[in-house]
Order: sequence, then structure tokens, then C-alpha cells
Amino acid sequence: MTTNREYTLRLKVNGDAYESRIDPRMNLADYLREELGLTATHVGCEHGVCGICNVLVDGRAVRSCLMLAAQAEGREVRTVEGLAEGGKLHPIQEAFIEEHGLQCGFCTGGFMMAVCELLENNASPSEEEIKDVVGGQICRCTGYNAIMRAAHNAAAKMGAGGSSAAE
Amino acid sequence: MKSAPFEYAAPSTIGDALQILAENDPDEVKLMAGGQSLMPLLNMRLARPELVLDLGRIADLDYIRETDAGVAIGAMTTKRAVEESDLIRQQHPLFWESTVAIGHPQIRNRGTVGGSMAQADPASEYPAAAIALDVEMVVQGASGERIIAAEDFFVTYLTTALEPGEILTEVRIPRLQPGTGWAFDEVARRHGDFAIVGAVATLALEGGVIRDPRLVIFGAADRALRLRAAEEAVAGRPVSDETFDGTAAPIAQAVEDPLSDVHASEEYRRHLAVVLGGRVLRVAASRAGGGE
Repeated sequence: MTTNREYTLRLKVNGDAYESRIDPRMNLADYLREELGLTATHVGCEHGVCGICNVLVDGRAVRSCLMLAAQAEGREVRTVEGLAEGGKLHPIQEAFIEEHGLQCGFCTGGFMMAVCELLENNASPSEEEIKDVVGGQICRCTGYNAIMRAAHNAAAKMGAGGSSAAE
Repeated sequence: MKSAPFEYAAPSTIGDALQILAENDPDEVKLMAGGQSLMPLLNMRLARPELVLDLGRIADLDYIRETDAGVAIGAMTTKRAVEESDLIRQQHPLFWESTVAIGHPQIRNRGTVGGSMAQADPASEYPAAAIALDVEMVVQGASGERIIAAEDFFVTYLTTALEPGEILTEVRIPRLQPGTGWAFDEVARRHGDFAIVGAVATLALEGGVIRDPRLVIFGAADRALRLRAAEEAVAGRPVSDETFDGTAAPIAQAVEDPLSDVHASEEYRRHLAVVLGGRVLRVAASRAGGGE
């Protein structure tokens, strides 16, 4: 095992395989935005507090600012761009629109990815389970009630077999 | 908010990791586990190591194993894996409660058991639980393996008994004796924030009398503190308000110089230590001896 100031990263993002030469200090959020141009992952606090940069890594929601891109070696990353399929919005996206689960929209991607992890592992989460997940992100516009409604709505859509996603 | 440059190594075995550690100036290396504490330090350039040694690919350090004495958890096991373990939830409920109090699900998906222990943040949950439960820290270094008791492991702010060149590899949690009562509580501004102060207790009841009490407070000093004087104040006494109220003075005295910062004053932290300390002992008593 050698150490290096340059790292060759191989991973999958939204189903596509990539290989990139990167600086090891580059975090996953910056890699997605700057190397791959996937700018739906927003960056807020850059130290793990706000949750706006959440993405899924092997199906688990993580802060992409608290993960080196190099730590995603061999993993499957999913971003907001990976939610909609075939031009049709994911039920979570539809639910956020229907319930006005956003105002300025800056944090919305982080909420959707966190809710996505929850709903793909738990078809009928309780109010408390949703709160635990939603409480991991900061939204300064909505006051969270609309986001909670959106999460419940999305759970109903996905649980009812109404998922528009391929899964 | 971008890390300074560093070299990066991600060995896949503990042997390779120890060798890389041995070959580099220990002051210039940072070990990375899940990175949930180290990444903010890097991003804010409070840490500027020459080398980040990522232990996250050492698959041999990711396990939860039942043993004769209790459970052994590999240092790179995520908190989420602990949270989702039926074995931990059913047989080690105090450790489970301490786990779900840490951060948010998105943090627990990456943060590891070994990372939190080695980080030794004075406001974090695991060190207090580890001291209360007599957890053993298994450490590997160039000269082999050694075991450090939790109470000796946490030295002061962000400082453990790990020597340069050593890596924490396993955390061994003894099973609670049957009938042992336990409790965990903390006060934080919001769910998932670092605790302002928290407390952990275990105890047994024998004919209505308290035996073997353990009380550990965190967030109130430079490390999680075992409060022996408060334990002595309840040991051998009946379960009563008078008994538990008797811990107030020894707790306040033991928490002599609590942190004072933007989150809470010294006075408030001492107040919380007294209130939470008494409360976890009461709850532990209510759960002891088949009380719950």
C-alpha cells in the first residue's frame, strides 16, 4: 500500500461507472459537483451539521461533505439526479411538490435523499421514525411541518405500489 | 472550508495500517475511521495532517460478535450497525440507547464505534457508557496487542491512552449481570446535537438495598467522569427519595470545574449533572431486579 497525493477513484454514480484522477482531499460533495457536474447535491455548512449535501452511498444516506471521494471507492452513489426516471419524477419529488415541502429549495435535495433511505427500507414508518430522519437536516424556510407531510405522502405513494421509479 | 492537502492511504489489513503508522511521523498522521469528527476538523483546517490513514477498508474490523462474556465489536463497525443489531438491543440495552442518542441517522451511517472511542470527545456518549459498563479497549501496535480498561482509556479532551503507533481494533462489552438496572439520559439543545451534559447509571438491588452502583457523567469535564463519591452515597441504602437526593452534594463537588461556553454556563452544567445524575440512578433502580 503506497501513499499518494493523487488518487484513482472508481465508483458508480446513479448507475453509471466512473474513473477519475482526484486529489485525495476532495470530498464527495465537491467530486459530484465539480468533477461530474451533478450540481443537485448542494453544499451548505461543509462540516456535517446541515444535512443539505446528503446522498446515498450503498443505499445509506450520508453527508457527502463528511466523506472523502476516495472513501466512495467501489461504492454505489445515488444523488437527486438519480431519483427521477424516464422523465418522470420520483414519488418523493412529487410528494414534496404536492405538500409544498420546500420554499427556497436549497436544502430540499438533502431532505429527499434522507427520506429516500428511510422509505426504501421501511414501507410504513411511524411519525417518530420520520422525525428522527427529518431532524437530521436543517431547513430555514418551511418550519418542517410541510416536510413531514411530504414524507408521509411519499410513504403512502410508495407503499401503495405507486412508485414511478424502476425499483 | 476545504481541507489542506494531504497524502492518503487506505490499507485493507490491520498489519498494513500498523506498518504505515510505523513508517511515518506519528504527529503528521491522522487515523480516519468514519470521518464524522475528523472531516469537519480537516474542512476547517483545525487538523492539517501530512497523511490521512483511512482504516475504513479494513473489513476485518467490521463485526459484532457474541462472546462468552458479552459482545465484541470491531472498531470499524458503524453506529448504524450497532443500532440495527438485535443482539445489542436486547442484551446490551444501555449501549444501544447510547448509540441512538449520537447524532442523526445520516451520521450514524458513517460514524464508527472505534472512531468515537478514540476521538474521546468529552461530550460524547460512548466514553460514558464504556466506563459504566467496564468496557475493554483492545489495542494493536508494533509490539502486539494490549487491553485497556475504559476508565483508563479516556485521559482528557480528545486524548486517550493510545500510544503513537497504536490502533484501537475492538471494543469488548461485558453482559450486564441479571437484574442489573441501567439508565441513560442527556440534555441537548436539539435531538442529535452534542449533549450539554449527560449521565449513565447501572446498579443492582438486593432486598431493596442498592448494590454496585455506577454513575458516569459526560459533558461536564475534560472527559467522562465516574462519580465515586456519589456512588458511595447510594451504595447500601434503600431506594428512596432521601437516598437519591443525597447524591446532589457529591455530584456538585465532583463536577468542580465544568466547561463554560456558548452552549451552557458552568452553573447550568453543574445543575444538569446533579439533576441527571439523580435521575438516572432513580430510573436504574426502577429497572433493577425485574422492576421493569
